[in-house]
Amino acid sequence: MMHGMRVALFATCLIDALYPDAGKATVHLLERLDQPVEFPLEQTCCGQMHANSGYFQPSLVRRYIDTFTDYDAIVTPSASCAGAIRHQHAMIARAAQDDALAAAAQQTAGKTYELSQFLIDVLHTDDVGAYFPHRVTYHPTCHSLRMLQLGDRPLRLLKKVRGIDLVDLPNDQECCGFGGTFSIKNPDVSAAMLADKMESVIETGAEVLCAGDRSCLMHIGGGLERIRAGVKTLHLAEILASTDGETAH
Amino acid sequence: MNTGELIWTEDPPFPENAKRAVDNSQLRRNVRNATATIRQRRAGLVAETPDWQELRKAGAAIKDDVLHHLDAYLEEFERNAANRRATVHWARDAAEASQTITDLIKKTGETEVIKVKSMVTQEIGLVDALQNAGINAHETDLAELIVQLAHDRPSHIVVPALHRNRAEIRRIFLDHMADAPRDLTDDPHALAEAARLHLRRLFLRTKVAISGANFAIAETGGLLVAESEGNGRMCLTLPETLISVVGIEKLIPTFSDLEVFLQLLPRSATGERMNPYNSVWTGVTPGDGPQAVHIVLLDNGRTRALADATGRQALRCIRCAACLNVCPVYERTGGHAYGATYPGPIGAILTPLLVGVEHAPQLPFASSLCGACYEVCPVEIDIPTVLVKLRHDAVNAHRHRAEDAAFATAASAMSGRRRWSAALKAARLMRFVRHGAPPPLHRWTRTRDLPDPPGEPFREWWRKR
Ligand code: SF4
Repeated sequence: MMHGMRVALFATCLIDALYPDAGKATVHLLERLDQPVEFPLEQTCCGQMHANSGYFQPSLVRRYIDTFTDYDAIVTPSASCAGAIRHQHAMIARAAQDDALAAAAQQTAGKTYELSQFLIDVLHTDDVGAYFPHRVTYHPTCHSLRMLQLGDRPLRLLKKVRGIDLVDLPNDQECCGFGGTFSIKNPDVSAAMLADKMESVIETGAEVLCAGDRSCLMHIGGGLERIRAGVKTLHLAEILASTDGETAH
Repeated sequence: MNTGELIWTEDPPFPENAKRAVDNSQLRRNVRNATATIRQRRAGLVAETPDWQELRKAGAAIKDDVLHHLDAYLEEFERNAANRRATVHWARDAAEASQTITDLIKKTGETEVIKVKSMVTQEIGLVDALQNAGINAHETDLAELIVQLAHDRPSHIVVPALHRNRAEIRRIFLDHMADAPRDLTDDPHALAEAARLHLRRLFLRTKVAISGANFAIAETGGLLVAESEGNGRMCLTLPETLISVVGIEKLIPTFSDLEVFLQLLPRSATGERMNPYNSVWTGVTPGDGPQAVHIVLLDNGRTRALADATGRQALRCIRCAACLNVCPVYERTGGHAYGATYPGPIGAILTPLLVGVEHAPQLPFASSLCGACYEVCPVEIDIPTVLVKLRHDAVNAHRHRAEDAAFATAASAMSGRRRWSAALKAARLMRFVRHGAPPPLHRWTRTRDLPDPPGEPFREWWRKR
């Protein structure tokens, strides 16, 4: 793909509602890289939370398609939403016996990119010119790791950030225990998984825990805040958008 | 249909069972240590196998072919087994299988039988059924023996007593094994020696054995059991009568297909390049081994699972338990919390597929959908996708009014720009309940704060730019 393409931001319902900073950072970052981005206001939610709870919502699939079908590419700062769009939308349409919707879903899904995918695979850059002089550890969320198979893309981007002190997270590939409504339906197992994740995070001595999913960070961050661990959670976009003058920390 | 012990407790459901398990510090440590050990061994062996992904694909393809032509392969197997003087019986469910086996044993006049470790006999509740008919079935796998002596249940598919540590095993032997030495220590060798002496006596005097099978070979009519101790082989070779219960999905087309599975299974199951004992037998061999060989082919819900287009891949399962060993939920709850013979990720899909999701509606929700199970599964069962599909079925089978209403409200708020903007304003109220929310969000705030809602949602910022 080339410059001059029309790119839309799918901010996700969670970032729109509760974490606007991650959305703003995505916009700033892309604009700094000379990639204009639009935010179509008809967007709401990809339907992942519903689907993973057993409630398939073809209407949200349709809304996503209608909102974004005219764009060349859709970028979203969420690996799990990108995963849901790529791996669940067509399935939800098929479960509703709507083959036309399934075909359209596959099309839109094909041009939906998680942020690090978009930067590396579409914009072909792993150095976004960021500056972030803090000790950071990165948690590869399950959906970025195993559903989207992002590999080392986020880490490649982080490693190029100037001033960063990037430290490995022990047992990084283990789930944090969020799992959407799993965290409410099985709160005790979720809390036990969270405890181990927090222990790993604290062990690194990092000031900032970074991930590509605000949802998992809401869970881990909510736990870290509860115990006053003194570790902040930031979305990957927020670190990549930071510059010498303008830092997220 | 009487599905036996596929589910052995419906009440209390998984979340409550899991809470008790999570609070059990000794269980937590036992399960964590055991799964971590196998997990690491497996990872090391997979890393040294360059064609691992191709092997997985081959394993999945062979099993899919079997499931596609199951009727033909079953008939081929029956024909070939019968040609080698094995008697093949068919059982629709657990009750039929147990009855058939009871009748076969009664005909021998014996009241004692020895057993090879097998999941399918757990599934049909065979030991209890035999007990009710006056037949004592002795487990001979060390871990199964421990479980049986303690009147416990297996908590893992491959390592049934994984929830027990050495000290607990010593206690169980002293309390329940009459011939255990009184000065028994918790040294693993001493424990194994005590069990060995106990079992030898059984092997030498018992005339009937019962087994499952890891694979049933259509081309030859043969069965294969893979195991680590050699106790299985004792059962398979010493007695006069051998009765094997085999799920109909255990078929593979040809003997040479074992090339794939005997690479996949030991690496995935115990973290070994090869099973210490692979025993294959094909009907009766005159003058060598059991002279009466029976095979009970069991459905018990498998044809129901086969009818589910998304779920049928679960029937590829070779019961290696790799998915249990990597599962972050299983690692914290152990197997009993699932209340079913098959625990862990595979159990969370297989149990509802076999019995009908309406009878196990919480099991598909016993997962954070992290996908670690799919990544390790040697036959590429996409467990997360099947879980989501079964959640959908569960919601439709069991309407839950409050939850239906919550998701309907959310969907409606997300159905248009104006409604969504209004919902975003309402979200700001969250700041009042960040540290202690009303039900059901109290389940969140018990251990986590809720986020501090921003002054304005993202779209407000965007509009003002
Ligand atoms: S589902 Fe896959 S990983 Fe789990 S026991 Fe079966 S074969 Fe092994």
